[in-house]
Amino acid sequence: MEEAIKVPTMAEYMAEGKKPEVLFWVGCMGSFDDRAKKVTKALVKLLTKAGVDFAVLGTEESCTGDPAKRAGNEFLFQMQAAQNIEVLNGYEIEKIVTACPHCFNTIKNEYPELGGNYKVMHHTQFLKSLLEEGKLKVEGGKFKGKRITFHDPCYLGRANNEYEAPRDLLRKLEVELVEMKNCKKKGLCCGAGGGQMFKEPEAGDKDINVLRTEQAMETKPDMIAAGCPFCNTMMNDGVKSKNKEGEIEVMDVAEMIAQADEL
Amino acid sequence: MALVGQILFVIALLFGFGFFARNVKKLVRNIRLGKEVNRNDKPNERFANMARVALGQSKMVKRPIAGFLHIIVYVGFVIINIEVLEIIIDGIFGTHRIFSFLGATYDVLIGSFEILALLVFIGVVVFWIRRNVIRIKRFWANEMKGWPKNDGNNILYFEMILMVLFLLMNATDFQLQSLGADHYTNEAGIVGAFPISQFLVPLIDGLSISSLIIVERAAWWLHILGILFFLNYLYYSKHLHILLAFPNTYFAKLTPQGKFDNLESVKKEVDLMMDPDADPFAAPDPSVEAEEPEKFGASDVKDLNWVQLLNSYTCTECGRCTSECPANQTGKKLSPRKIMMDTRDRLEEVGANIDANKGEFKDDGKQLLNDYISKEELWACTTCNACVEACPIGIDPLSIIVEMRRYLVMEESAAPNELNIAMGNIENNGAPWPYNQMDRLNWAEEK
Repeated sequence: MEEAIKVPTMAEYMAEGKKPEVLFWVGCMGSFDDRAKKVTKALVKLLTKAGVDFAVLGTEESCTGDPAKRAGNEFLFQMQAAQNIEVLNGYEIEKIVTACPHCFNTIKNEYPELGGNYKVMHHTQFLKSLLEEGKLKVEGGKFKGKRITFHDPCYLGRANNEYEAPRDLLRKLEVELVEMKNCKKKGLCCGAGGGQMFKEPEAGDKDINVLRTEQAMETKPDMIAAGCPFCNTMMNDGVKSKNKEGEIEVMDVAEMIAQADEL
Repeated sequence: MALVGQILFVIALLFGFGFFARNVKKLVRNIRLGKEVNRNDKPNERFANMARVALGQSKMVKRPIAGFLHIIVYVGFVIINIEVLEIIIDGIFGTHRIFSFLGATYDVLIGSFEILALLVFIGVVVFWIRRNVIRIKRFWANEMKGWPKNDGNNILYFEMILMVLFLLMNATDFQLQSLGADHYTNEAGIVGAFPISQFLVPLIDGLSISSLIIVERAAWWLHILGILFFLNYLYYSKHLHILLAFPNTYFAKLTPQGKFDNLESVKKEVDLMMDPDADPFAAPDPSVEAEEPEKFGASDVKDLNWVQLLNSYTCTECGRCTSECPANQTGKKLSPRKIMMDTRDRLEEVGANIDANKGEFKDDGKQLLNDYISKEELWACTTCNACVEACPIGIDPLSIIVEMRRYLVMEESAAPNELNIAMGNIENNGAPWPYNQMDRLNWAEEK
């Protein structure tokens, strides 16, 4: 059984007159989705273990507005952005780490023009930096030698040109990293972006996540590694649709590092 | 007699370039129907992008076979055009191979033009086979029926014919030089090197000098008239990319692909809403003239920006975008290439309307949305940027899709119902699902 974990909030820090080094932006999936919450907890454990001085916004956090913006609701997006920026600037946040590439992209690229300027990192980038600073140890553990393929999240990869941070971490886990035929710049979307997560797909002959899962399965993996809560859900569903849920597990890179360390 | 030829040549030249200039003017006018967007920042980065992507074909070679063949045709096309310069001077002044004073350099030039012409010919034949025999899927999509299909083939036929005429012209010229025909002979002996067309000589061997002159003149004239025709065909075809790829890559978006623009008009309203000192009942400032409220998003081509319209003219319908699109690969109606083709078709229609109505657009009851691009196509997009990444010349179909979604959502409230629910939740409780914002940290307590 997992035990409850201590997660400091910005409000608590503020009350003590302190400022954390980094804000962990949890995101809607990370806060509410049962699967993504496990990733959130894994990341908290890793941050704690590495001695990172961090806090979350907790109930003061709100959707970045990414799905609204990509669905065309610029008005709602900018309302969300304005509220979030007010909170973030109020706490004088300088550095943000998030496990959601959509939040990452939106805060990093679209908030600055609206008055929100922060150093934003995807959790794989941040974990990699902790590793390089010697604060975090990444070892194979139970993943050593496992055949793993990494599914590039569009909003981390193509959108922001980060392909190596998650792969570097996986290599540290001493896994056998195999690439799908569409990877990195040519990575195929899981099907959830642009608001698709919240609606039924248009009529077609296949679901996108099923196609992507087929590409992953062509590499004969033991596991599929993900770096995005949306992708994680979509790939999980894809694996289920192929009746492979007992064989191929879909896991976030952070979860794998935490489990390898038996956290 | 020679003078008549020269005069006819100058007339053909003036007519060809004049008609082309007229079409370019129309093209620029149509592109300027788009909204303003500033793409003049960072000129160095822009030049570098143009040099790498358009001049250097860096994205073409992502698909090695097509990329390699394309580079041959592209290099051949550009270099053989040096020869066109000589043809034009010869045509105007009635000279014969005016650049032959270059001596050995000239031989090298003509020799390499010939080799390139053969390579271009082979390249174009392979392109034709890929389209029509192998039937590569992206050339047979729905939007490629009719004119787009014929257009693609027409260009290939053109290039084949031009290369054959060029080589035939050289072969007869070589033969005429060898036979010492008047006007063709040069004090320096035979000028030019003919490593390819020499093999065509047996075909014309035995022809009298007068017959040879007829063949040579016919090939020469058809070649240059063909080039002038080709130049003017561009405006009506997908082939404009040979010119527009350069400005298109120069003006392309330089920011990360994931960064979508923040609408200024919306920003003003949000600022006002967030301003605690704003008085919602204040009388409008009389010094500011009341403007018509700006339309959000795009329902027609004039709502798009000029770079998006330039994109539509630049598209050469190769279909790499569509073949990488996850929605298209899974059988959805969306095809990013069709988005570009529709945008151009509608823009042409609007342009023709303006021409027909003395410079004024008369409402034709049509628009880009629904009449060309359906909602179903727009809602199938995952905004994954695969199409943007795939385009070898920097076209951004995604920005048009998002702009049209903005119109659907903000002007027509016409989002799919499930999306409306998700957006309603974001608005009310800060997450796409109906969870209370106060429960946002509950995960920390859960075992």
